[in-house]
Amino acid sequence: MIAFLIKRLFHALLVMFVISVIAFAIQDNLGDPIQQMVGQSVPESEREALREELGLNDPFAVQYLRFAANAVQFDFGYSYVFNEPTTDVILRHLPATLELVAAATFLIIALSIPIGVYSAIKPRAWLSRFFMGVSIIGISIPVFLTAIVLIQLFAIGVSWSPFPADTGWGAWLNDLISTEGGMPAYGRGEPVPVFGTWETNFASLEGLTYLVLPAISLASIMLPLFIRLIRAEMLEVLQSDYVKFARAKGISPRRIYFLHALKNTMLPVITVGGVQIGTLVAYTILTETVFQWPGMGLMFLDAIERSDIPLIVTYLMIVGLIFVITNTLVDLIYGLVNPTVKLTGKPA
Amino acid sequence: MSLLDVSNLDVRFALRRGDVKALRDVCFSLDRGERLGIVGESGAGKSVAAFSLLNLIAKPGYIAGGSIRFDGQELIGMSDRGLRKIRGHRISMIFQDPMMTLNPVLTIGEQMVECLKAHRRIGTRDARAISLRKLEQVQIPSPEARLDQYPHELSGGMRQRVIIAIALLLDPDIIIADEPTTALDVTIQAEIMALLLELCEEQNVGLILITHDLGVVSQVTQRMLVMYAGRVIEQGPTREIINDPQHPYTQGLINALPQMATPGSRLNQIPGSMPSLNNLPSGCAFHPRCGFVTRPDGSTRQACHDEVPGFVTSGNCQAACHMVAEMIERERIPAEEQD
Repeated sequence: MIAFLIKRLFHALLVMFVISVIAFAIQDNLGDPIQQMVGQSVPESEREALREELGLNDPFAVQYLRFAANAVQFDFGYSYVFNEPTTDVILRHLPATLELVAAATFLIIALSIPIGVYSAIKPRAWLSRFFMGVSIIGISIPVFLTAIVLIQLFAIGVSWSPFPADTGWGAWLNDLISTEGGMPAYGRGEPVPVFGTWETNFASLEGLTYLVLPAISLASIMLPLFIRLIRAEMLEVLQSDYVKFARAKGISPRRIYFLHALKNTMLPVITVGGVQIGTLVAYTILTETVFQWPGMGLMFLDAIERSDIPLIVTYLMIVGLIFVITNTLVDLIYGLVNPTVKLTGKPA
Repeated sequence: MSLLDVSNLDVRFALRRGDVKALRDVCFSLDRGERLGIVGESGAGKSVAAFSLLNLIAKPGYIAGGSIRFDGQELIGMSDRGLRKIRGHRISMIFQDPMMTLNPVLTIGEQMVECLKAHRRIGTRDARAISLRKLEQVQIPSPEARLDQYPHELSGGMRQRVIIAIALLLDPDIIIADEPTTALDVTIQAEIMALLLELCEEQNVGLILITHDLGVVSQVTQRMLVMYAGRVIEQGPTREIINDPQHPYTQGLINALPQMATPGSRLNQIPGSMPSLNNLPSGCAFHPRCGFVTRPDGSTRQACHDEVPGFVTSGNCQAACHMVAEMIERERIPAEEQD
């Protein structure tokens, strides 16, 4: 177990090293920091002196080492726009994003497993065909479109009246296809502070309503993928000899589906899922923009617009770190679920 | 009346092109404690026959007709709940590949205990005690430790022993073993087979043994069926069939055994291969490969081309063959003329 952790830690460091080199190269090549710092009127000789003083004329490797030495202490410099340490800015925006991702992940897990399993057990049922059809549509619709449609339907509301409103059933049908709106779709509302800069939307019912639409639209990208993945895996597992043998033992279908088959189905799903959850963090850029959700994604887009390079670099590093952490966690969970994986590397 | 009576069993696979008849008119019976062998080439329908007994054939396969009577109950048309009470409890199965038969993510103990719990009201502690006793019966080294191990920690031979232990857990009346030793090392095969035979004899369990191996059949079983293209073509006491096969196909099978060949020459074989089930030859399905379609005098037995042969009895055996029928007829007529 410890050997496994050390090995994983080494991998993680390697990945972080590569990310940091790329991030630093961006910083080094994206525009001239001096131009950002001083006005137009400053003569070239003074600029050169400033460059020398800031060490910008040093070789790449030297500059990188200086950057790395600061980075390991979580010091990525000052944000040009906010004029405070970039890590503070990130920390302020991190909880909002993490909560959004957590809510979306919860939705994905809570929906994809029952739907995937159902459509594998009853592949010919019309409900399964319906889910498969919808999931194909879901995969092909971009997240910002989903978000805008959700806002129109549930935040603004629509009232359609293609049916004659003067008859009872016409009015009823019109009501049925119209939506009321009123769901919050802008920002986080008033989240409850937990500690430090961490404020949570999970603590109040009102906070939760702010999460609903952004979480649904963020989940909409991954949900169809997970349903299809679980269904495909489950279909294969149900063909296996050990499922047939369980049937031959007289085990009840429920136990066969939800213990024998599901446990085996989840193995590859966990692997793919872990990576995809990391990707969700990246997708928050779109969702947060549409919903003006004050998280890291929105902050990142702002930082790009204002060429706040230190903040961009910090974002890249932090998201890279989140990726590395989730992947390591996924490997750990996988090792715990799958008995054929020995975390210790001891021969079986 | 026998413990198990299968008559006119008809199993089909509903494919897009139409139904493929995997089993036709299969009849056999099994008495308590009796051991029956089912032999035939791959694709003859042996495994389908085994799986359809407990209605375990996978879709698109289905039982199209016939009757399976077990201990006075009709199994065809029985509810899944009813069948579940019989599966693993009164009739249990042993599969071909022990590497694939046990669930890789559940411990041996879990897979044994769940089987007991499915059929009896029993606590985990008692169930583990019974499981342990069964593991001891199949002579697994350090059985106690095995209960908490996962299948991948055991060798193929040990896993097949575990599967035999599971099959015996609830003291069944019949074990259906579908090529139980095919996937094992040759050295292990004999051990496992001997163990299975010993346990069945000791506990008076009936055995339906499906295999390619005529040697095993002759050692283990009392009666045997020979199947070809979804039909039973010969059945009777194992010893008589092995010593004096009636059907040309059975003769061919026995003749193809390595020990039947002259040393230094090629092994004997039956020419051709088994027809595909969706394109069976007319008449006797074996006639394109059969050397007896032409009589010794050079004339053709037209019936082989035209009619599906029925069973004729010769001694204690039955064979479905026009040639055998003709021979019996010829022997009987002179006998009647003498009267």
